[in-house]
Amino acid sequence: MSLAVTSTPLARRFEALPIAIFLVLALAPLAASFGAETYLLGLFTRVMIYGIAALALDFICGYGGLVSFGHAAFVGIGAYTAGIFGAHGITDMAITLPVALLVSALFAWLTGTVCLRTKSVYFIMITLAFGQMIYFVAGSLSPYGGDDGLTLKLRSTLFGFPILQYDRALYYAVLAFLLVSYLLLRGIVASRFGRVFRGARDNPTRMATIGYDVFRYQRIAYVIAGSLGGLSGFLLANATEFVSPSFMSWQRSGELIIMVLFGGIGTLHGAIVGAAAFLVLEDMLGGITENWKLIFGPMLVLIVLFARGGLLGLAQSVWERLRRG
Amino acid sequence: MAEPVPNPVLRIENLRKNFGGLVVTDGVSMTIGEGELHAVIGPNGAGKTTLINQISGTLAPSAGTIYLNGADVTALPPNKRAELGLARSFQITSVLPRFSALENVALAVQARSGSSYRFIGCADKENALNDAAMAALTEVSLDRRADILAAHLSHGEKRALELAIALAMQPKLLLLDEPMAGTGPEESERLIVVLQRLKGRFAMMLVEHDMNAVFALADRISVLTYGRILASGQPAAVRADPAVMTAYLGEELE
Repeated sequence: MSLAVTSTPLARRFEALPIAIFLVLALAPLAASFGAETYLLGLFTRVMIYGIAALALDFICGYGGLVSFGHAAFVGIGAYTAGIFGAHGITDMAITLPVALLVSALFAWLTGTVCLRTKSVYFIMITLAFGQMIYFVAGSLSPYGGDDGLTLKLRSTLFGFPILQYDRALYYAVLAFLLVSYLLLRGIVASRFGRVFRGARDNPTRMATIGYDVFRYQRIAYVIAGSLGGLSGFLLANATEFVSPSFMSWQRSGELIIMVLFGGIGTLHGAIVGAAAFLVLEDMLGGITENWKLIFGPMLVLIVLFARGGLLGLAQSVWERLRRG
Repeated sequence: MAEPVPNPVLRIENLRKNFGGLVVTDGVSMTIGEGELHAVIGPNGAGKTTLINQISGTLAPSAGTIYLNGADVTALPPNKRAELGLARSFQITSVLPRFSALENVALAVQARSGSSYRFIGCADKENALNDAAMAALTEVSLDRRADILAAHLSHGEKRALELAIALAMQPKLLLLDEPMAGTGPEESERLIVVLQRLKGRFAMMLVEHDMNAVFALADRISVLTYGRILASGQPAAVRADPAVMTAYLGEELE
């Protein structure tokens, strides 16, 4: 894959692919109705939920150069908000969803204020530390199941209506959230704010000397990514009807990074492809052997070594080679 | 030594910087007047870049004060100094490699026009930003390369791009840290012509090893050795100064 010499407007890049991805996701339930419906619906719901978290991570990693190793913390916070409110009988998402977003945003603001003072590997380590901190906090919440977590008696309602009760309804609700998240981040990336954020990845010193307070831009982006992580967690709690500290273990944070790399970093829709590839492979390989990571690991290494742009980059270079003949 | 300038754009008083026991800036005082081009020369390791870094705010001085248009900016971070009209170029090229030349400059324009906390609308389609950026690129004769990614520009073009970024900031004071570094003779000539055209529009501090450029451009010259100002004044006077001859020019010109 060669780097384009002239720059193309961000809005124009690979329009067809994101449309195709969302079309497939929109039509998947119809195909699923011909067989194994519950299984396929469940799998793709999870794909989209992790897709939201991976999108958010790709936003800060791929466009901002901020490699967070603690992004699962936000997923956990969103999930626990739904879980804890549920345990007290409050299930209406007109209340719980804004709270989930707000709490994850607040956590991102506070930890971001500390983390963003550091760079590169220190940033990775300190985000990991905060992630582990919140993981152990969740494990010690004995009224809410401690290490075992807690089950949701009811999926979220909206103004009293159990709109997420059916798996298909949940599926399309998640799809809508994914689409909104994707469009939102895409808009932000191309905006004035996004351009400053991208510039800070390339050269923070230069950005400061032309008059930008890089830290403040990065913190806002971190809060946006954190809130979307919270959204993902909130939906995850609804999909699994269960919440546990394992949602925010460092392995989960690592898996989110893998999804982003797998799909193609710095593309946004690549994160959705990566989430799909990761979860589908996990399921398929998991069916063959319980040591599925023995097969998955080398695949990941090959992707990272030979397809720098992840699956999307691989697809693109194959496509270009075919076209040239 | 340095004759006083009325209402200087930049005034430095007794600036000191030491890294542990090593004194890199040793009580430097200087002024740059409106529209003046003040060259700072000196052998490698004299502390020229350290001086520029302190003025632009990327390095905190150990002691002393920096005034920009009469305001004490010693404690301000680089972005605040930029807002007050200070622009700089870097000795080691510092552009945004993954942005086009035009966008590199447009970002500098954007910092000067309206809020950048805007989350909707395509920044690269804002005509006001692009037009101003194109004007700055035209001034350094880089307009025909506007759409090329900065990473793919030649070294001389990157140096010109640095200058365009600084121009787009509409600075009151421009710090140029060896703008000719690593450029060939023709590119140096081109840059000298560009700088001559810009001279007088704003105050400039030029750190440069290329003596042709320095004597062609400078209104005043300060010679820095071991972190101290050895001599300061009109180019002819500095050239004739015997201390300067032995410390610096002698080796360089022969």
